[in-house]
Amino acid sequence: MPSWFTPLAALCALMFATAPILIAQAPYESTMGLVQKIFYVHLPSAWMFLLAAITCGIASLRYLFRGDPRQDRLAWAAAELAVLFGVLTLVTGPLWARKAWGVWWQWDVRLTSSLMGWMVAVAYLLLRRYGGPGSDKLAAGLALFGIVNVPFVYISVNYWRTIHPTTNVVPTLPTSFGVPLWFSAVTFLLLFVLLLRMRVRLEEQRARVDALYLSMDS
Amino acid sequence: MFAHIVWLVLRKDFTVEVRSLEIAYTTLFFAISCVLVFAFALVQEGRAPVGGAAGILWIAVAFAGTLALGRTFERERQAETLRALLLAPAARPAVYLGKLLGIVALLTAAEIVLVPLVALLFQASLLAHPVWLALILLTGTVGFAAVGTLFAAMLIRARSRDVLLPVLLYPITVPVIIAGVRATGVLLEPELDVGLLQVWLALLVCFDVVFVTLALWTFEPLMTE
Repeated sequence: MPSWFTPLAALCALMFATAPILIAQAPYESTMGLVQKIFYVHLPSAWMFLLAAITCGIASLRYLFRGDPRQDRLAWAAAELAVLFGVLTLVTGPLWARKAWGVWWQWDVRLTSSLMGWMVAVAYLLLRRYGGPGSDKLAAGLALFGIVNVPFVYISVNYWRTIHPTTNVVPTLPTSFGVPLWFSAVTFLLLFVLLLRMRVRLEEQRARVDALYLSMDS
Repeated sequence: MFAHIVWLVLRKDFTVEVRSLEIAYTTLFFAISCVLVFAFALVQEGRAPVGGAAGILWIAVAFAGTLALGRTFERERQAETLRALLLAPAARPAVYLGKLLGIVALLTAAEIVLVPLVALLFQASLLAHPVWLALILLTGTVGFAAVGTLFAAMLIRARSRDVLLPVLLYPITVPVIIAGVRATGVLLEPELDVGLLQVWLALLVCFDVVFVTLALWTFEPLMTE
């Protein structure tokens, strides 16, 4: 593990312990009340979901055309994180929506494209797990198609009714809401970096063990 | 040269298929069974659900398409002919394009039977605007088959490919299915909204262009062992 790992992990743990206090002290939103606080978990996990998906897409593209195994390991790790943060996003979203919109689920642009993106990430993992030898390249191709697909899902659902809050909510937040949100976002980002590093390291060690076995045989 | 290779691959598939008609018959029968199952489930007391026909037509096309894609490449795998095809001194994108055209032709043939059947069983006026319907079906089928042909070809070497094909294919082709269903739904309205129809058709065409280009670009690295 690199030298920065342990201090960063300690900082991340400390921030995760502090975040609930900050969130609890933030004022209640006037119309939604307590349920609005889900937002401090929902939005950062949605951002990390997006970041993981983009990381996976770029790493896959580079692996497909350059064949660097490090990019492949990065793509795999990022895909797993996309599934993890995707679950967080897709679970916290409906919990909030039930109170705010009165329904658990709505076939809205963001919801549909997130769900489809998450399903592509799950399909990626299924392919890697059960595809057998050679599935690394196939998974990279799938990730590439998945990334390109997102705008199409977005446009195609956009002709339906949209009720999800838009992106201009964040810059107009008052400080009392903004501080816990950004604190929470940085905490999630640290978690993302730490998990990604750990997962890539696991794959690196597996690759080394495989290489050692091969050298023993020959 | 490029067009000639595309033609040769297409003709080879056509010749093999005409000898047995295995994929054509099984795909068609499967698609018809699909529509019948939906008819049993959804048509109650002689009444079909409003707007259901568009969805069922596309579900049948997607299911039958998955089956046809799997079977087409399974045949290549069993006879080890895909390797021969890839070893041939031919441009890989041309091989892909030939395969794609074969699948599109097969699915178009299935759709010619499916459309009247769905129109009949679900009392839908699908044939009121035949040119629009043909355009929607063609662009939608090309989009679905463009992704499907590439995925089925690359899965040929993978384990559990039969299950993995739909698992990978459906999340990616969701926009095609949405656009196809919505556009067909517009045709079933009493008043034809040409503006809305053009929006969906434009989306389908964009999808086709982007995914065919992407597939042509990635077919080479994906099919290299």
